[in-house]
Amino acid sequence: MAATSTTVASAGPSRPAPSFVQRLRSGDQIAHLITFGAAVVVLLITAWLVFELYTNSVLSRNKFGWKFLFTSTWDPVAGEFGALPFIYGTTVTAALSLLLAIPLGVGAAIFLAELAPPRISDALTFLIELLAAVPSVIIGLLGVFVLIPILRTVEPSIRAVLGWTPLFQGPFYGVSVFSAGVVLAIMIVPFIISISREIILSVPGDQREAALALGATRWETTWDVVVPYARKGIMGSIFLALARALGETMAVTMVIGNDPKIKASLFAPGYSIAAVIANEFTEATGDLYTGALIELGLVLFGLTILINAVARLLVVSTTSQGSAR
Amino acid sequence: MTLHLIRRKTVNWVMLSLTGLCTLIASGILFFILGYLAIHGAASLNWNFFTKLPTPVGETGGGMANAIVGSAKLLLLASLFGVPIGFLGGVYLAEFGGSAFSFFVRYTTDLLNGVPSIVIGIFAYTVIVLPQKHFSTLAGGLALGVMMIPIAVRSTEEFLRAVPTSLREGAMALGASKAKTILTVVIPAAKHGILTGIMLDLARVAGETAPLLFTSFSNRFWSPGWEQPTAALPVMIFTYAIAPYEDWHQQAWSAGFVLLALVLTVNIIARIILSKKGPVPR
Repeated sequence: MAATSTTVASAGPSRPAPSFVQRLRSGDQIAHLITFGAAVVVLLITAWLVFELYTNSVLSRNKFGWKFLFTSTWDPVAGEFGALPFIYGTTVTAALSLLLAIPLGVGAAIFLAELAPPRISDALTFLIELLAAVPSVIIGLLGVFVLIPILRTVEPSIRAVLGWTPLFQGPFYGVSVFSAGVVLAIMIVPFIISISREIILSVPGDQREAALALGATRWETTWDVVVPYARKGIMGSIFLALARALGETMAVTMVIGNDPKIKASLFAPGYSIAAVIANEFTEATGDLYTGALIELGLVLFGLTILINAVARLLVVSTTSQGSAR
Repeated sequence: MTLHLIRRKTVNWVMLSLTGLCTLIASGILFFILGYLAIHGAASLNWNFFTKLPTPVGETGGGMANAIVGSAKLLLLASLFGVPIGFLGGVYLAEFGGSAFSFFVRYTTDLLNGVPSIVIGIFAYTVIVLPQKHFSTLAGGLALGVMMIPIAVRSTEEFLRAVPTSLREGAMALGASKAKTILTVVIPAAKHGILTGIMLDLARVAGETAPLLFTSFSNRFWSPGWEQPTAALPVMIFTYAIAPYEDWHQQAWSAGFVLLALVLTVNIIARIILSKKGPVPR
């Protein structure tokens, strides 16, 4: 019996093939077949998901074509559906959340990996990873009743500094694209921290020692040697966070204001793809309306799959651990 | 020269302090969430919350007993559906994998893990709600089950892989077939890890709201059987939080507290177990 490796199938190519019944009798083939079946089911479900999204959005796809992505009228009564305000809202909130979460996340990851003593680092990472487990609807609850009042009080000072830009014009009601961006940032920061920390930790120690031996300060070592070395993996963690931000539904729905208009100001209410599906799906009357919402789901699916695929390639290429996330 | 050195040292000190500040903010957010929910949620939490049905608008009191039972039923269905497929798929990847096919399965699993929960909700809607023409516990359970699969697959695979090769070789040297080795040696050795992974998986879908909105929908009353719409804790939090009634907001805080306590307890216990055993899959 060849027991050298457990991952290689046992039958060698030179042996005469046993009959089907013989192979089944050994039990190995049955186990192989059953588990293989489960693996195929995973593939089938994924394919089925794409198929359902595609076929159920047929009415909307046929009627609007590519125009669906580039028009901004969303009028269920007249049967006119354009996805642009939602695509815009999703993109802007995700971009804003990255803008806030990247410095915070990478900074914290550097501290946890390079400076903090291992025990403190592990304890803090434990806490931060718990933050990732907080359900999105609870973040939304706090967003509505805690974050928005806080943002209302800091809004005048933001306006005083940045009010001259078109991004911070107009009245601030609390529910806004800005609030959604902040809530999303809170939700994605744990991912950036925990993945980036592991990647920074996996940078070989002699890289640091070499830099320190050349007279670099701690910060110079970190910023000019360690971070560039871990760059690809950190980028991967950011892409994973981005994919989450794009697909995040409940917290955003609760604070974005749900107004399908494209406004330059971040203080204005907006709408995101996931939020419009969550709000309008059960109320959608008529197949075209439902079809348009499902097509939005298809768009969101495509977007997140694309970004996830890139992210996983980036993380996998630096560490083998990243693929498990 | 000295000026240059002073500048470098200042930059060093400032930047390193800033990274510490980032850590403080990020971990502070969790304490804030916990503290705020504990104060607000626990304050209005009482026995009625666990035993009574929701009251009509304007009437105070009442609870979310039906939502708690509903959530439990949804999670039961989800595990019945997601765990066997995920577990067996994981066994395949760890024990029979190694080909291009298993790479493909692994990659697809990771992608399925990244699909937004609301899109999974649409899938369950088109597969069950649309043909049946009514919302049901069944549809919600399917949606959550699909969400459980990727993590069940990947955590099972990781824990099986962590079992030392020498154990397998020992079993095979004694004459056990591969199937017997897996069943009686490898899986028992990885049992705790796999179970903990599945607990974490359950804790994650327990807080999911989006895929339930248009599958299990909601219900103000008990939902007997599996064919009717049912209330679930996360959906109740959402509905109550965005409603304009002060009384409902209080209930939302209580529900949030209960849900978070549940999810975090499972997470903490699971992570403590896993930290002694190996990597924590998410």
